[in-house]
Amino acid sequence: MSNILEVNNLRVRFRVMSALKARYKGVTDPFIDAVRDASFSIKEAETFTLVGESGSGKSTLALAVAGLLPTAEGTINFAGKEVTTMDRSQMQEYRRNISFIWQNPTGSLSPRQRVSALITEPYIVHGMRDRDLNAEAIRLLKMVGLSAHFADRYPHQLSGGQARRVGVARALALNPKLIIADEPTAGLDVSVQGEILNLLNRLQDDLGVSIFVITHNLNIVRHISNRTAIMYLGRFAEQGFTDDIFESPRHPYTLALLSANPKPNPDADMERIELKGEVPGLMNRPSGCEFHTRCPFSAENCTEVVPPQIDVSDQHTLTCHYPRQENNTLSP
Amino acid sequence: MTQETSENVLSVRNLSVDYATERGSLSALRHVNVDVPKGSIVGVVGESGCGKSTLISSIIRLLADNANTPNGTIDFEGRDLLSLSQDEMRGIRGNRMSIVFQDPMSTLNPVISIGRQMIDIQHRSHKTKAEKRQRSIDMLTSVGIPDPTNRLDQFPHEFSGGMQQRISIAMALQAEPALLIADEPTTALDATLEVQIIHLLKSLQADIGCSILFISHHLGVIAELCDYVVVMYAGEVVEQGTVRDIFHHPAHPYTAMLLKCDPASISTKTRSLPTIKGEIPDLVTLPQGCVFKNRCDRVMQQCDSKVPMWREVKNAHFVSCHWNAP
Ligand SMILES: Nc1ncnc2c1ncn2[C@@H]1O[C@H](COP(=O)(O)OP(=O)(O)OP(=O)(O)O)[C@@H](O)[C@H]1O
Ligand SMILES: Nc1ncnc2c1ncn2[C@@H]1O[C@H](COP(=O)(O)OP(=O)(O)OP(=O)(O)O)[C@@H](O)[C@H]1O
Ligand SMILES: [Mg+2]
Ligand SMILES: [Mg+2]
Repeated sequence: MSNILEVNNLRVRFRVMSALKARYKGVTDPFIDAVRDASFSIKEAETFTLVGESGSGKSTLALAVAGLLPTAEGTINFAGKEVTTMDRSQMQEYRRNISFIWQNPTGSLSPRQRVSALITEPYIVHGMRDRDLNAEAIRLLKMVGLSAHFADRYPHQLSGGQARRVGVARALALNPKLIIADEPTAGLDVSVQGEILNLLNRLQDDLGVSIFVITHNLNIVRHISNRTAIMYLGRFAEQGFTDDIFESPRHPYTLALLSANPKPNPDADMERIELKGEVPGLMNRPSGCEFHTRCPFSAENCTEVVPPQIDVSDQHTLTCHYPRQENNTLSP
Repeated sequence: MTQETSENVLSVRNLSVDYATERGSLSALRHVNVDVPKGSIVGVVGESGCGKSTLISSIIRLLADNANTPNGTIDFEGRDLLSLSQDEMRGIRGNRMSIVFQDPMSTLNPVISIGRQMIDIQHRSHKTKAEKRQRSIDMLTSVGIPDPTNRLDQFPHEFSGGMQQRISIAMALQAEPALLIADEPTTALDATLEVQIIHLLKSLQADIGCSILFISHHLGVIAELCDYVVVMYAGEVVEQGTVRDIFHHPAHPYTAMLLKCDPASISTKTRSLPTIKGEIPDLVTLPQGCVFKNRCDRVMQQCDSKVPMWREVKNAHFVSCHWNAP
């Protein structure tokens, strides 16, 4: 299978201070790198998952890939076309091929529109009024497990999980080639979550759609995705086949993250790898390995020397001076 | 769970709430009983749309405009909240009782800096401005916001979703409330922060002896954090008990199915996750008998016509189900 999406060395910056304030405070770089040097690809009919620290730049990366945020460096290639240099009409065409599920379900739905109008909006935006929009609305609602009478509701009359499902329904309207889903199942009970994920899996099997999922829910990752990347401070700490990552995580951050996940058993034995300290600010990135301030295994050179990228096995890469041993993940 | 009201910081009795809709009256809560014993953490789980947020909105008296006046009583520290004026409620909210919502931006004002907001909510305190500022910095530190001193001047949109949530938790804890109500507060956080928040809530509870009513869909978090669990389905409480009773000996078929659907409990990789077949009943035209009968794997004849009684299966473990009923 060929790649539908190829992202290389992507960098996304935000200005966090006015020029004046920066000069007053003696700050030379009033920008932060929310995403730095991110490279990955997604094949046709594949699911790629991005997990990682809160605030590590996952949504920023997704928004940039969707053409909704400007990029500072790097390339985004979709089906052979470069996204970062697209003009307006090319961008419009691109947007028809991808859909975006927003992280904030209620906030991303316009409050004055009914659910039926909201989920068929993509047809209007892309000049495809030549269909029975009401019937479409009901078809899309059915797909996400909501009955027809939800079509007349306004967003504030939905529960959190119902609003989330409306966001998913809208994303399915145009039969996209790539679905970018920022937390598609946050706030859903495990049964409805299963329905949504089974639906996405089915769409993938039937139509070959590629899926880029961002999630904090580690329990679903193993079941839905082919490949996974773990993000920390705007960079990929580790990436590889999902099975490899879960069976033998090599980066200490991956280990800490996976071991933290609470288990649905009040008597579970938790062997957690605790991180020390606080998440560093993006304004003052640590020297050397940027994870060293929190790493339970950091050694002297970690504080000074930027770690190399290592390939541990087929497409399994990480950036670390002292990767954990395979299957011996809990000892240094 | 204890049914002795004197030991409960919060005691909800027979609470019913309807929403007026174009299709008729939508019955979002029916005869709900929930107790939060002093110094304990009570988790609420249940299907999306089963009424968890409506329960919380009733307790804090901030129901949507199209909700009817709730029926029942909500006893909080000896007062029935449903009989208080909105003025009296304002004295309780953010003081004796604090709330953290699912969406942090519903508590944070987008056009006011974080620092201003955190100082403003301390308006009842007689501390100096500098002390209030320091308290804000301490609270931000305790929820793991790096570089809090500099970030006080920033606006909510300059923080990630997870950071916004931790800030709203910090704001809710500032007043050291008797009851903290949290509606899916860790949904937007990564697992390491989620655990950090769990530990934070536990230590806060130990320090100031507050109680917590905690809603989450993350069964792992419920298992680790809570002492008691309330299970809701289609506007009713169908089961409640200690966290071990609920996870190890679920008495209601819905609870058992919910636990089975958790992908965390499924060790072999699958592209077809288990789900509970069928749909939740339409809350405008409710069926006769048991609300769960159309999806239940233990359905019996009487489920069709008779609403199951709320009964004690064993000490402090309650269920409403005909199965195994005496
Ligand atoms: N518009 C903006 N201006 C300035 N900084 C921003 C802006 N948007 C995001 N940031 C910062 O960029 C970083 C990455 O944010 P982002 O929302 O991408 O994180 P995330 O990984 O999606 O986090 P979460 O898991 O909490 O959703 C954060 O430090 C955030 O504060
Ligand atoms: N203002 C409203 N008008 C009409 N119906 C409403 C309104 N608010 C909520 N509802 C309906 O009431 C029911 C209960 O909603 P509630 O938000 O309490 O659910 P929830 O258990 O919090 O769900 P979730 O887990 O998805 O957040 C849902 O079926 C919802 O659609
Ligand atoms: Mg995000
Ligand atoms: Mg809710």
